[in-house]
Amino acid sequence: MTAVSASHLSKKYAKVQALKDVSLDVSEGDIFGIIGPDGAGKSTLFRILTTLLLADEGTATVNGLDVVHDYLKIRAQVGYMPGRFSLYQDLTVEENLTFFASVFNTTVQANYELIKDIYQQIEPFKTRRAGALSGGMKQKLALCCALIHKPSVLFLDEPTTGVDPVSRKEFWDMLKRLKKEGISILVSTPYMDEASLCDRIALIQEGLFLKTDTPQNIVKAFDRELWSVQSDHMSRLLTDLRMNTEVESCFAFGDAHHVTHKHTFLKEEALTSYLKNLGHSNIHIHQIQANIEDCFMRLSDTKSL
Amino acid sequence: MNTKETVPEGKVVVARNLTKMFGGFTAVDHISFEVDKGEIFGFLGANGAGKTTAMRMLCGLSKQTSGHAWVAGFDIASESESIKKCIGYMSQKFALYEDLEVWENIRLYAGIYGVPEKEIAPKTDELLQRLGFESEKHTLVKSLPLGWKQKLAFSVAIFHEPKIVFLDEPTGGVDPATRRQFWELIYQAADRGITVFVTTHYMDEAEYCNRVTIMVDGRIDALDSPKNLKQQYHAKNMNEVFHQLARNAKRTEK
Repeated sequence: MTAVSASHLSKKYAKVQALKDVSLDVSEGDIFGIIGPDGAGKSTLFRILTTLLLADEGTATVNGLDVVHDYLKIRAQVGYMPGRFSLYQDLTVEENLTFFASVFNTTVQANYELIKDIYQQIEPFKTRRAGALSGGMKQKLALCCALIHKPSVLFLDEPTTGVDPVSRKEFWDMLKRLKKEGISILVSTPYMDEASLCDRIALIQEGLFLKTDTPQNIVKAFDRELWSVQSDHMSRLLTDLRMNTEVESCFAFGDAHHVTHKHTFLKEEALTSYLKNLGHSNIHIHQIQANIEDCFMRLSDTKSL
Repeated sequence: MNTKETVPEGKVVVARNLTKMFGGFTAVDHISFEVDKGEIFGFLGANGAGKTTAMRMLCGLSKQTSGHAWVAGFDIASESESIKKCIGYMSQKFALYEDLEVWENIRLYAGIYGVPEKEIAPKTDELLQRLGFESEKHTLVKSLPLGWKQKLAFSVAIFHEPKIVFLDEPTGGVDPATRRQFWELIYQAADRGITVFVTTHYMDEAEYCNRVTIMVDGRIDALDSPKNLKQQYHAKNMNEVFHQLARNAKRTEK
């Protein structure tokens, strides 16, 4: 079964082409990640799929319902957490939740089981106004409000942006529990390391899907040997590696630089002696597996050529 | 007592038992540290750990409850106006005026920071050339791609050659290639002697800092080079270090 299906969606705002011929299929019960930087078109895609915006071209369905003709039915069946905090700042935590439940003709009690784990974390503050909550708590409240009518499909637009790594991990643990309840989730994020937590992902840049597949397959399809290079002068190493005529690309990745080579095989000894001659010491070179960020940069580079 | 005498030579930031309380809540709890000239100093911590509050005090925007701190040799309690003149500040949220052209934004900030009138025009051209932005001089900032805006915002924040620049999550939401180019700008600034004080949620970026602090519940629970921190916590990378420390957080978010 397909929870969400989009076929050749395009959308243009004045001069900006926000989406270019985008297609995707989210299987029921899957977590599908839309991964890319700000301004790539993620929110536009979410607004079209949640029936808030009309596409210029293409079609889309949610639970088999057409986003244009069946928009009212869709709205009753999906939960949507927009990128910007969308709750009523002047209502308390509890009032927000009750309000969203009543809008969907249900009660907090009826679906309490689904949100219990998350809501209990903010319950001590239920009389506080939503506007006075910290970022992490707003995010939890927004998720509760998006879930209170027991939707079968959840749309989460950048739920973890600006959130620290520990809270991000907690948020993804919550998503995994919701997946177990059978809820299909479409989630967008600018954090490439969250890709591995999704069943399938689409990498998006400038309105274009660079690739859609499982994170494992995308990593496997990296079409170059990738090498990790370290020395005692990491900042200078970056420049020196780029000066080497055999080096195709070189990017900083935390404590190592990731290097691809113009020819199929890197001559490790040759590169080591090249770096030694430039005064580098403690040189470590070894082959590594690409990660999603490597793939994203490689794909966006080859697409723009 | 002349408090200035307690500022050690070559230290751009000195904090001694710096504390901020909001009512009964201790947001920043007796933190002490020093930052060297030209250092890239990473300031990490979970949401609500007290990073922003600490940074606001150091920028002269918020008064401490107790403790002392000096930025660029000035006392944050009594000389905050002098501090504002010799620091730069950039955050993801507050960057540039969208409805001004590129050169107008530079002109405006240069004026605010007191760059002498006749230096502004030639320095603007030099900056645009270095960034490869010459053709965008008269472009409205709102029509620039996000990555360009962020590079421009950083360059504007250091246009007056401050002693120290505070960067509050400068790379949030930008694509991976631009994020790396941004760090190359940070390196160049540090090489020119500008001290960089930076917060980030990207743990690979913590590796690019000379030293990193990790705040937990308003305290500084770790402060060392990434290499030493990884050794100390038997961690593969800074992400593991961060998780080990932040897990100890007791206080629920405010």
